[in-house]
Amino acid sequence: MCTMIAEIARIEGSGKGARGWIPIDRANVTYDHPFQLAVEHSLNIDFVNAAEGPDSRIAVELHPSSARALVRAIEEALARGVAQTGEV
Amino acid sequence: MYRTDMYEGMLAETVTVSGHNGDAIGAYFARPLGEGPFPGVVLIHHLPGWDEFYRETTRRFAHHGYAAISPNLYHREGHGTPEDVAAMVRADGGVPDEQVVGDVVASARVLRGLPTSNGKVGVIGTCSGGRHTVLVASRSTEFDAAVDCWGGRVVMPEDELTEKLPVAPIDYTADLAAPLLGLFGADDASPSPEQVAQHEEALREHGKEYEFHMYEGAGHGFFYWNRPAYRIDQAMDGWDKVWDFFGRHLSS
Repeated sequence: MCTMIAEIARIEGSGKGARGWIPIDRANVTYDHPFQLAVEHSLNIDFVNAAEGPDSRIAVELHPSSARALVRAIEEALARGVAQTGEV
Repeated sequence: MYRTDMYEGMLAETVTVSGHNGDAIGAYFARPLGEGPFPGVVLIHHLPGWDEFYRETTRRFAHHGYAAISPNLYHREGHGTPEDVAAMVRADGGVPDEQVVGDVVASARVLRGLPTSNGKVGVIGTCSGGRHTVLVASRSTEFDAAVDCWGGRVVMPEDELTEKLPVAPIDYTADLAAPLLGLFGADDASPSPEQVAQHEEALREHGKEYEFHMYEGAGHGFFYWNRPAYRIDQAMDGWDKVWDFFGRHLSS
């Protein structure tokens, strides 16, 4: 099924794709059909530069359990980084 | 039926069509060579985009004697690989139903206007394109036959309606203007067998001509030969049903 589940995060950062490094301003997080991963649905994250057109995209397609592992790793790294550096 | 002593040729190319609101959109157009007359078929691509599967399937229809066209419903979103464009549309909640109807109807008119046309035009789509097929066959009288392959969200609860998808296609059943063939997988979650039964009940209630086939051992997308969802027996039987259905309804 096409779930049409999409969450958009406004972000600031850089991503490296086929075109080299690009500034990214959105993370499009969807739970829907993947293009490549061999499952019916996956957690997809597209880091994009919305103003630069469709090919300004760095994409990952993850099994849901892998996506949860990624969330935990990000939270853990952030917590340790903030504790060490005092940055928010 | 193709025989080894028959001539066969086709022309397949990208063309520009005047779509909804007169917008110029791309379309992939494949037609058999020869005087015809040939029936026409519009192919409505799925949410993963205007991709190789659709270009290949468009040529397959030409091989089977149909003038076939597949409009790029995502043309207005920009250009890149089909995946990149489709990913953008996926994040933005799809494209508006009204725009899809306009683009598909415009494509049908291109086919009907061909000097080789036999005057009949069908429509087929898979996944979101299956839903769009039911929608366009209900919102216009351009089509002589329609094939919905596992279109989810024909039945939509109130909380799934959006500005772009404001009405559940099932609510247009009274206006369905073409015989409908539906191919579904029993293991699919959208449309679920219960939703298919609900759609079937609406078609029966309104006295519409339809035939639905529910395949055991298949889920969503069982024609897609490059995906784990592919089911060879169900896909082969499904294609036979497509050729039979269009053969009966679109012949001169």
